Amino acid sequence: MNSENIAPKIRAAAAPDIEAIRADFPILQQQVYGKPLVYLDNAATSQKPAKVIETLDSYYREYNANIHRGIHFLSERATSAYEDAREKVRLFMNAASTREIIFVRGTTEGINLVAQSYGRSRLQAGDEIIISEMEHHSNIVPWQILCKQTGAVLKVIPINDAGELILEEYERLLGPKTRLVAVGHISNALGTINPVEQIIAMAHRHGAVVLIDGAQAAPHMTIDVQALGCEFYAFSGHKLFGPTGTGVLYGRQSLLETMPPYHGGGDMIKKVTLAETTYNDLPYKFEAGTPHIAGVIGLGAAIDYVQGIGLHAIAAHENELLAYAVSAIRDIPGLKFIGTARERVSIVSFIMDGIHPHDIGTILDRQGIAIRTGHHCAMPVMDHFHVPATARASIAFYNTFAEIDRLVQGLEKCREVFR
Amino acid sequence: MFDLRDLYQEVIVDHNRNPRNFGNMDDADRTAEGFNPLCGDRLNLYLKLDGDRIADVRFDGGGCAISVASASLMTDAMKGKTLAEAEQLFSDFHRLITGDQSAGLDQAERLGKLTALLGVKAYPTRVKCATLCWHTLRSALEGRETVVSTE
Repeated sequence: MNSENIAPKIRAAAAPDIEAIRADFPILQQQVYGKPLVYLDNAATSQKPAKVIETLDSYYREYNANIHRGIHFLSERATSAYEDAREKVRLFMNAASTREIIFVRGTTEGINLVAQSYGRSRLQAGDEIIISEMEHHSNIVPWQILCKQTGAVLKVIPINDAGELILEEYERLLGPKTRLVAVGHISNALGTINPVEQIIAMAHRHGAVVLIDGAQAAPHMTIDVQALGCEFYAFSGHKLFGPTGTGVLYGRQSLLETMPPYHGGGDMIKKVTLAETTYNDLPYKFEAGTPHIAGVIGLGAAIDYVQGIGLHAIAAHENELLAYAVSAIRDIPGLKFIGTARERVSIVSFIMDGIHPHDIGTILDRQGIAIRTGHHCAMPVMDHFHVPATARASIAFYNTFAEIDRLVQGLEKCREVFR
Repeated sequence: MFDLRDLYQEVIVDHNRNPRNFGNMDDADRTAEGFNPLCGDRLNLYLKLDGDRIADVRFDGGGCAISVASASLMTDAMKGKTLAEAEQLFSDFHRLITGDQSAGLDQAERLGKLTALLGVKAYPTRVKCATLCWHTLRSALEGRETVVSTE
């Protein structure tokens, strides 16, 4: 196999100490069906370093209290840790102000918030929303719901057979009726990195507002919302090595200020009488109810951890693993990649002749290798490539070249079973 | 390899590669559609009845090896059965594949070749792959119109 020939060269270039990093992840130390776990389902959710787990533990053991209202010691400590996490997120995304950082349950909630608060109050019948063919369902369905509510029309940027957006078609879709463009930074099903700076600039020339779904980007690359210039950017904590049930919506302050609340309740108000309510200032106006306090503080710890390694080092290692994986599994007879974009992250989607992705998933699982099989919540992508499902290996910085070798051996076993 | 071969027995691999009774039927008396939204497995079932007997049964669609082999083996087993026998087979199969402890040798014997599918019991996430065609058949026998979904 070719993979063995290129391995030494690539290994020499790897900068971070992966074995030391792996030791930070308790879950990676286990065996599955008697074999060391190879976790390659990071695009679904990533594993958590001990530091994040300990942060949750110490919150509940030492300073569990509600935030923004108690005057006691524990509440002050919890409030300060929660707001520290907001500042960490601000720096992580390079937002201008913490008022622009809204904690939500995940990317899905962030997008729904924008659709229902911004979209529903601004859009009218005949207005146009542009998404793309490669979106995750969470960046399709909220806009379909909004279209039903307002009479707005959904337009879709098509993709080519490499799994890249066709920008000429996007240019044609833009026009005086375009109000909103919502596009993923990186495709979860294909790994494609979209040219979001260009997409945003093109939308702005037509006066449209842009939301970027950053669920897959946050774990892989530096995000700078000021440089991008988008109005909204959403990502999930659990894909960024943080707790599930946490996420972030960045929104430009001038827009957030004029948007109506998404949820009503405690914490989002200044004053309530039975006749009317004065809403709280940003970002609290959009954070009704007791949030996932422990989770948000844990997300702050996850960001510290990721930045401790450095996103440039992470991207460099992942790119080497991606190149290694692509060249190693490309030679497996009957294997075809779904998604071959020039600009992509370490997500490898593929199908195999005569072997359904679900069977690949089961056979790999019994060898201790976790991948994702199915439509990846991106059914329109499956339709484009005329497949019902794909097998997807998604790589994180804690994965190793040896684990890619295990994947290749596992895929050989799939062929053996179906010989 | 041992445990994987419990699931992917030669019979399964063979029926997946060369499914029996595969293709549509122009003069079907009953049809039904089955769908597993989790994995996208989709199959259409076609029935031709002769009184209370299944004169012919065919299927088409696509899915994983377990779902295709299950449909292939099931259609083979169902041909010529009376509706009562078909219902008995459905019930036997369902009890065995869901691990019903009270199911015994009688059931296993009546299943014949279908026992090759029982390896799926050790793979809880895959049981639905094996049972989709059976629920679709039952729907066709009962003349229901809605798409059968595993969820």
